[in-house]
Amino acid sequence: MTFQLVCFYFFAIVAAMAALGVISVKNPVVAALCLVLTFFSMACVWLLAEAEFLAIALVLVYVGAVMVLFLFVVMMLDVDIAPLREGFVKFLPGGIVIAAVMLVEMLALIGLKALAVPPAPNPAGVSNIAWLANALFRDFLLPFEIAALILTVGLIAAVPLTLRRRAGVRSQNPGRQVMVDPADRLRMVKMDAETKGGTAP
Amino acid sequence: MMTLAHLLAIGAVLFCIAVAGIFINRKNVIVLLMCLELMLLAVNTNFVAFSRHLGDPAGQVFVFFILTVAAAEAAIGLAILVVLFRNRATIDVTDIDRLKG
Repeated sequence: MTFQLVCFYFFAIVAAMAALGVISVKNPVVAALCLVLTFFSMACVWLLAEAEFLAIALVLVYVGAVMVLFLFVVMMLDVDIAPLREGFVKFLPGGIVIAAVMLVEMLALIGLKALAVPPAPNPAGVSNIAWLANALFRDFLLPFEIAALILTVGLIAAVPLTLRRRAGVRSQNPGRQVMVDPADRLRMVKMDAETKGGTAP
Repeated sequence: MMTLAHLLAIGAVLFCIAVAGIFINRKNVIVLLMCLELMLLAVNTNFVAFSRHLGDPAGQVFVFFILTVAAAEAAIGLAILVVLFRNRATIDVTDIDRLKG
């Protein structure tokens, strides 16, 4: 057993245990932290599989952004957990049976097909990032731009979704402040001059 | 030596754990979203494994796109969740049945 394989088993077991923690702990905050551990362990596995760029991207995007968002929402919502846990024991046997059957089937398939194959070949002399960038910016340039567009749409869509207007709150409207015209506030009136003793001749 | 089968196996394990999680936590939307992220991680692991095995970068490019779309999906999903909790004061899936009529 090589050092690489030992590391793989360690990270894989940590990831599986943390994933079990995600689905079984009572507190959503702890579940989110377990999910962080899962992602981090799987990033290590991806490093072992020589997908260096994606491993770093997984840590940056998921652990750095998505999971922080999850934690933020979980802590902000102040959810009462107890009623959400009602069906847990009732559905537990069914869930375990389904998952176990699926796992056995998948592992049987993998074991039949993939155990005999030789280890993955390395692309000759190119680092993972150069290898990936060549494909990404040459063959997949349009999908790359569309992905950027999707992120922008998601960013913009999340704002109006959570935007809230409450009635009866005094606030300034910057748009109307900018659009203000002096003619709306001051009215010039043409009239004759007046003196004390009556109208001027 | 770490082979294709090892990576596929850990992917299968994570996917089955996520399926079990969706089944037993079917009331809590937050945990459901987390299980979805776990499923995507398992699928991405399969993509990485086959990309290295076949020497084709397209698999890793796909993982890149899946990460992008999943990030957008998490942002929109959590925004919807916040609005839902604000309007209904619950995130119980069984309570979200307004469209049933």
